[in-house]
Order: sequence, then C-alpha cells, then structure tokens
Amino acid sequence: MSTGRSAPANAPAIRMAGVVKTFGAVVANRDAALEVQQGEIHALVGENGAGKSTLMRVLAGLYAPDGGTVEVNGRDVTGWKTTNAIAAGVGMVHQHFMLVPTLTVAENVVLGMEPTKGITIDLQRAVLEVEALCKKCGLHVDARATIADLTVGEAQRVEILKALYRGARVLILDEPTAVLSPPEVQELWGVLRTLRADGGTVVLITHKLDEVIAVSDTITVMRAGATVSQFPTAGTTPRDIARAMVGRDVNLHLDAVGAVRTGEAHTPPGMSGRDPVLQVQNLRVRSDRGTMAVNDLSFDIRPGEIVGIAGVEGNGQTELLEAIAGLRRVEGGHVQLGAHALTTLSVRERADLGLSHIPEDRHRRGLVLDYSIADNLILGRQHHFASRGGLDRARIAANAVEQVERFDIRPPMAELPARALSGGNQQKIVIAREMGRAFHVLLAAQPTRGVDVGAIEFIHAQLRAARDAGKGILLVSADLPEVLALSDRIAVMYSGRFVTVLPASACTAELLGPFMTGAAA
Amino acid sequence: MSTGTLKSTRVWEAVLPALVALGLAAVLGDLLILSFGESPAAVWSLLVKGTWGNAYGVGQVLYKATTLTCTGLAFAMAGRAGLFNVGAEGQLAAGGFGAAVMGLLLPSSLPALLAVPVCLLAAMFVGGAVGALPGALRARFGASEVIVTIMLNFIVLALLNWIVSAKLHLPETLRTPDIAAGNVARLADVFAMFRGSAVNFTVLFAVAAAVASWWYLFRTRSGYELRAVGLQPDAAEYGGVKVPRVLLVSMVLSGALAGLGGVNFVLGYKGYYEEGFAGGAGFLGIAVALVGRNHPIGVLASALLFATLSQGGLAVNAVVPKQLTDILTAAVILSVATAVPEVQQQIRAAAASVTASLARKQPQGGES
Repeated sequence: MSTGRSAPANAPAIRMAGVVKTFGAVVANRDAALEVQQGEIHALVGENGAGKSTLMRVLAGLYAPDGGTVEVNGRDVTGWKTTNAIAAGVGMVHQHFMLVPTLTVAENVVLGMEPTKGITIDLQRAVLEVEALCKKCGLHVDARATIADLTVGEAQRVEILKALYRGARVLILDEPTAVLSPPEVQELWGVLRTLRADGGTVVLITHKLDEVIAVSDTITVMRAGATVSQFPTAGTTPRDIARAMVGRDVNLHLDAVGAVRTGEAHTPPGMSGRDPVLQVQNLRVRSDRGTMAVNDLSFDIRPGEIVGIAGVEGNGQTELLEAIAGLRRVEGGHVQLGAHALTTLSVRERADLGLSHIPEDRHRRGLVLDYSIADNLILGRQHHFASRGGLDRARIAANAVEQVERFDIRPPMAELPARALSGGNQQKIVIAREMGRAFHVLLAAQPTRGVDVGAIEFIHAQLRAARDAGKGILLVSADLPEVLALSDRIAVMYSGRFVTVLPASACTAELLGPFMTGAAA
Repeated sequence: MSTGTLKSTRVWEAVLPALVALGLAAVLGDLLILSFGESPAAVWSLLVKGTWGNAYGVGQVLYKATTLTCTGLAFAMAGRAGLFNVGAEGQLAAGGFGAAVMGLLLPSSLPALLAVPVCLLAAMFVGGAVGALPGALRARFGASEVIVTIMLNFIVLALLNWIVSAKLHLPETLRTPDIAAGNVARLADVFAMFRGSAVNFTVLFAVAAAVASWWYLFRTRSGYELRAVGLQPDAAEYGGVKVPRVLLVSMVLSGALAGLGGVNFVLGYKGYYEEGFAGGAGFLGIAVALVGRNHPIGVLASALLFATLSQGGLAVNAVVPKQLTDILTAAVILSVATAVPEVQQQIRAAAASVTASLARKQPQGGES
C-alpha cells in the first residue's frame, strides 16, 4: 500500500483486514479485521474459538494468513515471520508460556540476543539488565530464579519482560490475567499504562469484561472467526460487550453474586446437618522444591457445599488438590471421602469412590491433546469402558455422543483430536468427563481459566447444580469474583495454611485482599 | 466432513512422508547409478526382478522382513510409551539364544506343535527379560533407557558369546549344535517354488505379532494407557495410570517382540544359534519403526521396504556395488527423520532423557 519508506505519522499501529486462516477443516479466521491506533490499549474480546488468538498469531508472524492484509505502522507486512515482527517491535505474550524451564529468568529473557563478553555469554550483565528492566516497568521477579521454580504468575511476568527486552512497542497479551491474583492484575494494569504513556501500543485478549472496562481504550469484538464490531470503551457496559460477543443476553458474574447473596438457603433441606463428604486433617504436603507447601491444614466439606479457596497462586493450592487427588505424596495427615480413608489409595481407587477432579492445567494433565474427544472423555475411567481388557469402542462412541451433546462441545465431532479445539471447548471436555458421571466430591481448579463468557456461565451453572444435588465441591480459582460468586464458605490460603475461613455472605474482595497477601494473617 | 474422510486424510498424511522419502531415494539412486556409468532403468529393473520378480527373491525379502518386523515392532512398542529402545539388537540375539537353548533341551521326539510354541515363548521370555532391566531402571530410578539399552547391547552380546564359546559351541565353530526340537518349517517345505530361500513360517508369527500389537495398542485398555503415557505422562498419571508400571511393561513387550525375531534365524533358517547372527537387524528396526511411524501396520510395510532394499543390493551387485542400496536405506531414514515432526520429537525426547539422567543432581526415587 504505502510506498514511502518511513511510516505515515498518522498511520494506525496495526491494521488487519479480511484475514482468513484455516487449519484443515477448521476455519479459525474468516474476514477478521482489527485496527489499533498508536498509543492505545485495545481489548480484543470474543468467545473461545472466536479466532482471537489465531488473529494475533498472524499479527506476530507465527502463522501466515491464507488471505487478507496485515499492516504495521502503515507498512504492509502480510505473511511476515516472527523475527521480522520482533525486529519491528511487535511482541506477543502467549497464553501458554514459551520458556525454557531449566534456565534462569535472566537467561530466558535474553535468550537469542544474549549480551556477550568475547565469545561467552555475559550472564552478570544479563542479570543486571533484566533487573533494571524489572524496576523500570514495575514487574517484580527474581532474575536469578529458575523458571521451573516460578509460579504461573511469575512466569508470565518473565514472558512480558522477554517481549519488552526485545524492544516491543506493540505488545500483544493473550489472556494475561487468567493466572494472576487481584493485586497482580492491578500491577499489570500499571505496567500497561506506563507502556501506553511511553507511546507503546497494547492489544489485550481477555474474557473478563470488567478488565476490558477497567483498562482498555477501544474494544474489538470477534465472533466465529470474524470481526463483528469495534467501539470505544467509554460509555460501554459489560452487558453491551457480552451481547456483542455471544449475540444474545448473558447472565453475568455480577448478577450471579446477587443471586447467591439472596439465595442463602440453597442447601437442600435435610442436608445441612449431614456428615462431611470430604475431611482433611493436619495435611502436610511438600512442593517440588521440597518446601512444605501445605502445612498442617484441616477442613471439611459438607454435602451441598462449595468451599472456595481464595489466594495468590503458589500458596499451596496446587499441592493441596494434587494430594487429595492422589497425584502427590502426603507427608502427614489424613484425607477422608465419606467413610473412606484416601491417603493410601491410588488415583483410580479415589476416582472410583466418587472423587472428580478438574485439574488446573488442562494441557498438561486434563487432556491427552492428541487423543480424540471420545478418548479424552474416558480418561481416568478407561477401566469402566473395557471388557476383558479390550476397549468397548461402541460404548466409548455412545458416551462421546451423549457428552458432546449435553455439554455442547464444539465442533461436535468426537473423532477430532482435543488439540484441534479451542480452549473453552477443551475445558468442556474435562468438565463433561468429571461432572457427567456419578461423583460425591469435585475438586475444581481454575474451572473457567481461559474460557469465554458463554462457557463460564455454563460451567458455573453446572457447579451450582452439582452443589444443589448434594455434592461437595472444593473450588480453587485465581479469579476472586468467581470464588465470591460460587462459594458457600471461603478460605483464604497463604503460605500453605488457611489464614481465615468465612461464610461467603460475609466476604468482599476488599475484606479478603489483606488476607491473600498475608498482611492480615 | 465425515469420520470416513477424516480417517482417510489421516492415513494419507501418515503415508505421504514415506512416499516422498522413497522418491528422494530414487532420485539419489539414479544419480549414483549414472555415476557408475550404468543405466538407472536397467539397474532398477534388475533390482525389482531380483526381489519381487521371482519366488526365490520374494522368499528372501520375506525372510529379511520377518526379523525387521519384529525389531521394528519392538522399537514401536517402546516408542508408543515414549521410550527409545536402542536395545533390540541385544534383545534379538538373546531371544534367538533362548529359543536355541530351549530347542536343545527339549527331547527330539516332542511334536512340533508343542515344541515350536515352547521355543517361541522361550525366545520372547528371554528377550523380554533383557528389555525388563532397562525398563525397571527407568521406572524406578529414571535412568535413561537410551543409555542403558546401548550399554546393555554390549553386555548381552558379550555374555552370549561367552556362554556359547565356553559351554555350547561345536568344536572349531562359533555356533551351537543343531537343534533337535522346535525347528520352524521353511515355506519351501510346503510351497516348492520358494526352494532355496530362507523364508520360513516365522513370517506368519511376525505378521501375527504386528496384528496383535495393533490390537493391543489401539483396542485394549492397557494400550490406551500406554499411548497416553507416551504422549502426556502427566495426563496419564491424572487418569489413574501407574506410569512407572507402564514403562516397565512396554519395555518387556518391546524386548519380547525383538526376541521373537531371533526365532527366524535360529529355528527357521539355520537350526542353530550362531554368534553375531543379529547382524544389525536390531538397529535397523529403529529405522523400520520410524519410517513406519510406530504403527504396527506401518512397521510391516516399512520392514518390506527395507528388506527389499537389502535383498535388492545383492541382486544388482554384479552391475553396481551393493552398498548402493545401503545408501538408499540411509537416504530414506534421513528424509523421514527430517520430514516427520513426531520422529524429530521422539529423537529430541530421547536426547532429553539422556541429558536429564546425566544432569540429574539427586535421584528422584519414590515418586510413584
């Protein structure tokens, strides 16, 4: 388009038009468009599978589009490579981190452009540079720590540092807050605003509409691979955005909170006095680093109760759930499901006793990505779908048809590998498998992480229905509003202990905040 | 898109790299033949005539493919569990040795219907035992199966040689006496046209092993769990699979499949165990499995391909050096290794397992 060598002064930072991208039979983008002005924070929203991540990967040079044009600063860059994108100052922070786990923070940040001393890498300078960058942007992370030892939130900060270290002027963030605690989110907003004040441009993919309102200047909405609308944030309500995303009215978080507050008597009559379905006594569990991640923890869950654990990630929530599920060795203490002691049982025995588990990391634990939807729907229950050692393919297929229909997994093709689905639909596979069968206790870790509004509404409804049917649910979520909306009791976990346990009706984000940072412990 | 087209697309995607590899090898072969001043068309037709052109050639190809199918299946079985078994050479030799010892021990009056299965089981048992050791070390201590199987090859082969030369050899030879019971009939005994070729009924056992491996991997619960361990061990563990146990089982099965291959030479061809009979067929099994993409049916096809190249080398030896086909074999392996992402992934995983076990600061025992 522009023939001039330098960019026109008033050219938008990003202009994408008519972008088409297909993967085999799956159309990820069709006629997708995006226009972002210099120095703005632009929110890209849409349901899972709407094609936001794909569009941004095209922009970052990870995918070559099958059609359409991409311009950065007025220059036609259609089909460029990541190296070109980085050189042009376009950096992307991915939803799934791309870090080398055995290297340190500083080594990861400088990877590919290491400062050198002669022919050796000057690691000392790398550390200093990274520390200076941290200070400048207000991102706090130990430059000498090894990635494998970081929490998810810290790892994400490293990803942002990586992009900034490469001189990114256009920063693309794919669902950055999914893994952050409220104070960390505020910190991130600070970083983004600093960037904007500095003339930088930010594209933010998110599902959380309050975030869109809080931080963005302009909003672009995508649906089914195409861009449906763009409007300024000022004067827009979350409800408007949700409607544009889904194409109909949706029941939002805020309403849900109201419903729970007023509907205090949701515990089915006769249930409240019953024995706990899950009891945890003096549980002690070590982290991978050998520290005591869960330290002498005791609590119980009654039938028809959701106990929510609030807290900054990395305070022992992961270890606690893994220990209850049988995935992590217990140092001491006792876990009991109904009348059954669990601590010595295998994962399978626990599942057969009625323990369901939605793991926090669906890509690592929750799904075998190369297995079909149908095969993933029996993971953990494969012994129930086999007779004399042979898999009962007919029953596996029937189960898939039923669950795909009931949990609205899209596309409804049970033979498709789970890898081919969007994040939200992948999570629906996990939810379908763990909640679509008989169970007594559900461990739900980050059940709506990286999932769109429509699916969040659905998953929350499932959790409430299970609670009302007398199940006990242990909910861990980095999303504080979610914990507030769903829980009957809320425990705040800090440094391996519950620093407080309160009835949800007494809780507000303001009240819980100090506990989460350990200030009120 | 229907399930049917989805499936045929997948099959096509799986076969395509091998076909391209073959095409590349053919072009390279043309150039080599031209450099010898011969006509490619003439050499190729000689190669085809000497392999698939007559019953003897077919028999020789089938004989070679039999051993390669077994070692290829061995590698594939471990590969599906995420393991890189370099030990098929030793497992093959051990299997042949097991079959020979059993054949020597059994009374010659025992009917073949009993003696053959007993010898087969002996071969699989001994091969499986050799596979079990690296499997157990990996499952229990996280020791890299790559390093252990490489080293174990030397130990096993040396040990067998020692036993044979010290206790079992015929004077002036490096072989055992003739086996009395359990010999597998040559195909020529039934079909006269195969006269002179080494092909024997072990070929049927190899095909049966491929079908059984396919059924096990894709139609049984254990196979489902084994593949899950290979793809995502954390997800498998979450799904109630005892990962260390599966690693051990897959190595035992892998060793047993390689061991079965030993029967082909020992009971089917020579009727005795001879030092060094494995002759690299165990290592070539790695290539067979990689080109066959760790799929039992793919392994069958790829074993036929490699056997054809090997036999074809002898057929064209009068015109061009038989090393021509060795170069073609290498070209096929290299192009598949370059083109197929999962092969690269497997090679990387093997490298990572070696690095991890070398760099391990402290043992991570007791995690199961």
